[in-house]
Formats: sequence, structure tokens, C-alpha cells
Amino acid sequence: MRLFSLTLKSLRQRKAGVALTVFTIALSVFLLLGVERVRIEARQGFASTVSGTDLLVGARSGPVTLLLYSIFHIGEATNNITWKSYQDIRAMPEVAWTVPLSLGDSHRGFRVTGTSTAFFDHYHYGRGNALAFASGKPFSDLYDAVIGSEVARQLHYKVGDSLVLSHGLGGPHLASHADKPFRVSGVMSPTGTPVDATIAVSLEAIEAIHVDWHSGIRLPGMEASAEQARHMDLTPKAITATLVGLRSRLSAFAVQRAINEYPEEPLLAVLPGVALGELWHLVGTAENALRVVSGMVLLVGMSGMLTALLGMLGERRREMAVLRAVGASTRTVFALLVMESTLLTIGGMLAGVALLDAATALAHDYLISTAGLVIDGTPAPGEWPLLLLVLALGSLAGCIPGWVAYRRSLADGLQVRL
Amino acid sequence: MIGPASSPLVSTRSLRHTWPGSSAALVLGDLELAPGERLFLGGPSGSGKSTVLGLLSGVLAPTDGDVRILGMSFASMAARARDRFRANHLGYIFQQFNLLPFLTPVENVLLGCAWSAERSRRAGATRSLMTSEATRLLGALGLGQRTWSHARTGELSVGQQQRVAAARALIGGPELLLADEPTSALDAASRDAFLTLLLDECARHGTGVVFVSHDLALARHFDRGVTLDGDPRDSRES
Repeated sequence: MRLFSLTLKSLRQRKAGVALTVFTIALSVFLLLGVERVRIEARQGFASTVSGTDLLVGARSGPVTLLLYSIFHIGEATNNITWKSYQDIRAMPEVAWTVPLSLGDSHRGFRVTGTSTAFFDHYHYGRGNALAFASGKPFSDLYDAVIGSEVARQLHYKVGDSLVLSHGLGGPHLASHADKPFRVSGVMSPTGTPVDATIAVSLEAIEAIHVDWHSGIRLPGMEASAEQARHMDLTPKAITATLVGLRSRLSAFAVQRAINEYPEEPLLAVLPGVALGELWHLVGTAENALRVVSGMVLLVGMSGMLTALLGMLGERRREMAVLRAVGASTRTVFALLVMESTLLTIGGMLAGVALLDAATALAHDYLISTAGLVIDGTPAPGEWPLLLLVLALGSLAGCIPGWVAYRRSLADGLQVRL
Repeated sequence: MIGPASSPLVSTRSLRHTWPGSSAALVLGDLELAPGERLFLGGPSGSGKSTVLGLLSGVLAPTDGDVRILGMSFASMAARARDRFRANHLGYIFQQFNLLPFLTPVENVLLGCAWSAERSRRAGATRSLMTSEATRLLGALGLGQRTWSHARTGELSVGQQQRVAAARALIGGPELLLADEPTSALDAASRDAFLTLLLDECARHGTGVVFVSHDLALARHFDRGVTLDGDPRDSRES
């Protein structure tokens, strides 16, 4: 305790240097924990891109492929599900609801999803959050479109604006569906999922803009105006994929097997959580890179402290000699410096955690809207071992100046050549 | 743990010290001090006076020979035991920069007891009694309350700092005071005043003194004097 109060008083004497050292450590702890929190949240957010959906069904490919094109809008579907298969799935007794997804068109780089209004009721993300509207409402007219928050932000669209869809997903010569413009009926709130970058229209709308198309080109002489299209049969012939909700989760495997063995068409049903896990496994190496970087930052912070402690050691030889003269052992001198670095590390850790909490509180809304990350103040479980590691490193770092002072006080005796 | 009362305060036997990486050796003629005796150790700069104090305090280990304080041989003690012995029985005053600037003057004085239960007990045992003993010592050494209670340690003059250092070395009544040119930074008038007060206080507690200085004029204050040669190879008694 005597040693503790000596250390505290000694540190108080060197406020500027101490503050700088604590700040350095605080920053590295801030970064280390911040990366950890973002990593955990990113993983969690990713794993819950689709929640509340029991099965994801598409044409037979691989689970990750299906997930990529139907949910993440990466790549294209190789095959569709026929409307009849979709109806059969809907009619299964275990199935509570379905949300059809029809992909293939885009608008200025954002993908268009043809779906039903069930999409807004049943698509859940995160911890069971439903889609919400920042303004407007779901599509009701044939030429209504609901846009994601990212679409609204980047293209500055608001309810009532009109937009024209393009056929296909990009490239220089996009054919446009200029004859059938859409009106924005609603803007969704940010979700941090691919829905933010989506334009949702009804399945019938997808059908309507393609009534006079065949095999990707507009048939000459067959043009149908927007109004004419309204009176045609707009029942889709096929959809890309469907989300399926079951009455009971217990039947998930049975339904999955039944769909996979559907005799009329090769279909694939996957459990979204499992497929997401597989996908994260692929992209997860990036998180290790993040951890390595934050580990480096921690080392830099520790070296900063070490430099400061070693630098101060020169001016403190006299202090050590005085302590030796009044009977402090060389071990005490060693302990003094280890305690000092431990205290500095603890101070830095507290400041770093406080800094992180303040930053996450301030950046909460910004992170959701720009990065789709939901970072809340709760410490991730992985943070405690990290903090312990920081503390251990800090104390260990103190052993170096401790050792130098120990050797010096052995060699100097009570004389100090200043 | 202390030898019989009849054992000398200090006795050295064929002490020889060599510095690492140097061929020069300090050879000290055998010294013997009775309890309460005051020895003046003179000699020019570089004659190894401070080294002798290092050997007598048990911080430095001699290459050959042995130091016995109060009948206890340093050679027979482990490093930690020597540290504990020093805390219990020795007081030390440096030439200058004696004080820890981040402690108040009184806290600096109390540091003298910090590593010794025995000296804490002799200084009053409780925090408040020890504090009043510290302030008594400061007063006895000519440092009034007005000075030490209002000034920060770093604001004290060199002379005032040396008085605080002397109080720290003497609190709890150690048997032996080792002083390494404590007056060299003082002017002649305050030097004599300081020395008189210091030695009076030592006499009160029966504390023996080994006082090192290059200023041979100070030798008259002491019972005996020893001079080290400039060439740290030999010493003789004066």
C-alpha cells in the first residue's frame, strides 16, 4: 500500500507525461475493442441478414450461391422456379407464409426485387426486426415502387418521385423500361441489410414491364403501353426464389427434404442461418486481418508507454537512490516501476473503454445509416479476455524499465552520476 | 539479532573494493567505531569516500573483507536482509537532491520509517505520533513550521532540503548516520549552524556518525578523523 501511494504521488508529479501515455494506451484500447465490437456486430448483423425465415428456396444450385443471388443480390440466378412449383410450396400444409422474390432488373445500379406485400410483413432482420417505412407505404398500384434507404440516400429520391427500371443488371447498353415509369410509394428505414439497396415492386409489375419482351429483347410490333399492360394477365410464369415461413420450426427439415425431392423441378431449400454461416466462413478472413491490425496498434501503444517510462527513468535515478537509502530493496524498486506501468495501463484501459462508449453512443445512428452496423454499448464477451491481455502486456512492459532500474540501483549503489 | 552491547558500532576488516571495468582498487584500513562515536572521513574528490559509505551502508558489496555494524556481518546477510538492516539501523544523507519532490517535507521525513517497523515504533508507532516526531525533528534542525507546512518540497532552498534530509535520516533514532558531504552546497555560516544542530540531534539519540567531506575544516566537530588519499589505493589514519 505504501508502494501504491508512492507510485500514485510520483505519477501525479509527472502529469503531462502520464496523461500522454494514458492517452496513447487509451487510443489503442479504443481501437482494439472497437474493432472487436464492430467485428462481432458485423458477424451478428450478417448472420441475421435474414431472420424469421425458416427456409430459402430457389432453383437447384449451391446453398451459398442461392443465398448470394437471392438475398445479397450478388451474381445471377441460373434458373428460376416455375409459378406452379411456387404455388405447390405455398400449398404445403406446414407452410405458414411465403414471400416470392423475382430478380433480374435494376435501376441505376440498384437491384429491383419483384415481390408481394408479404415481403414487408415477413422479411425480418437482426433480432427479429421487421421492415419499417421512413416515409410512404408499401406498393399498392401496379407501378408503385418501394425503395431502400440507401437508394433514397444516394439517388435523393423521395415519395412521389418517378423512376424508370432497366432490363438486366448493368453494363453499358442497358435497355430501359422507359415506357412504364414507376412512382416511389415508400422509403424504407435503414436496416443494414441488402434490402437498403433494393427497389421493391410487385410481382405483377415485373410481369407488366416484360409483357412485350421475349428472351431479353423487346419484340417489335408487340409493344404494349403501360395502360394496356394493366389489363393483361399479369400472373408471373416464374420467380427467382422464395422465402418460406413454417407453422412450426420443427418441420423445417421435413419440408426442406420434401422441397429438395420435389419431382417436377430441381429445387433447393436451405436453412438461411446455415447458409449464412457458410458464407461468413468465406468472407470471415477479413476479420482476422482487422484483429491483426488492432493487435499491432496495441503493440505500438505499449511501445509508446515503454518509451515514456524508460525516458523518465533517467531523471528518476535520484528517486531510486533515495528509496534504496531508506531501506527499499532492489525488488521494491522493480515493483515500483511495474506498478507504475500497471497503473498507467489500467488508466488507459478505463479511458479507452469510456472513449469507446462515448464514440459508439455518438456514432450509433450514423453507423446504422451508412454502414448498417448496429453497435450498442454492451461489451462483447470477447472484450474481457482482450482487456486482461492488455493489462498483462502493460505489466509485462513495466518489467523492462523495472529491470533497468533494478540493474542500475545494484550498480549505482547510493551514488548517482547525474 | 543485534550483538552484545559491547560490540562496536562499526568495524571493518581488510576492506578492498574494485570497480567493475577498472583496475583501481580502494583499500581501507581497518576502522572501528564505538556506539555514538563520530568519525570524520576526509579526502579529496575521487578518493572513494562515497564508495566507503556505500560499503558501510551495505548497498555495495566489498571485493574483499567484511563490514560489521552492531556486530552483524554484512557478508553473512542476503541482499534483502542487508536492505532491512539498513532500514532499521542506518540513516543516510546525500550531498544534495535528497528529497522526493512529489512528497511533502513531512512525508519525506516519514519515508525514513517507511521500510522499518522498528524505527516506526521508535518514532511513535502511530501515524500522528510519528508525524509529530517528524515535525519536532524539523524544528530541532532549524526548520520552522511556517517553512515546511507552506512550501512544496521543490521550493525549499538547498539548506532547507538538507535539514529535511537530516530529519529523515534521524527519525526513529538509527544507531548510525552516514552523511555524504551534506554541507558541500551550503555557505560557511549555514554549514556550521546545520552541522551543530545535526550533531546535537545525533547526541540526543546516541547516534554514531560517519561524515564524509573534502572540507577538512569540518573535522574539528568530530571525535576522530580519517583521511583517504587522492589515489584510491591506500588510506591512513590521521
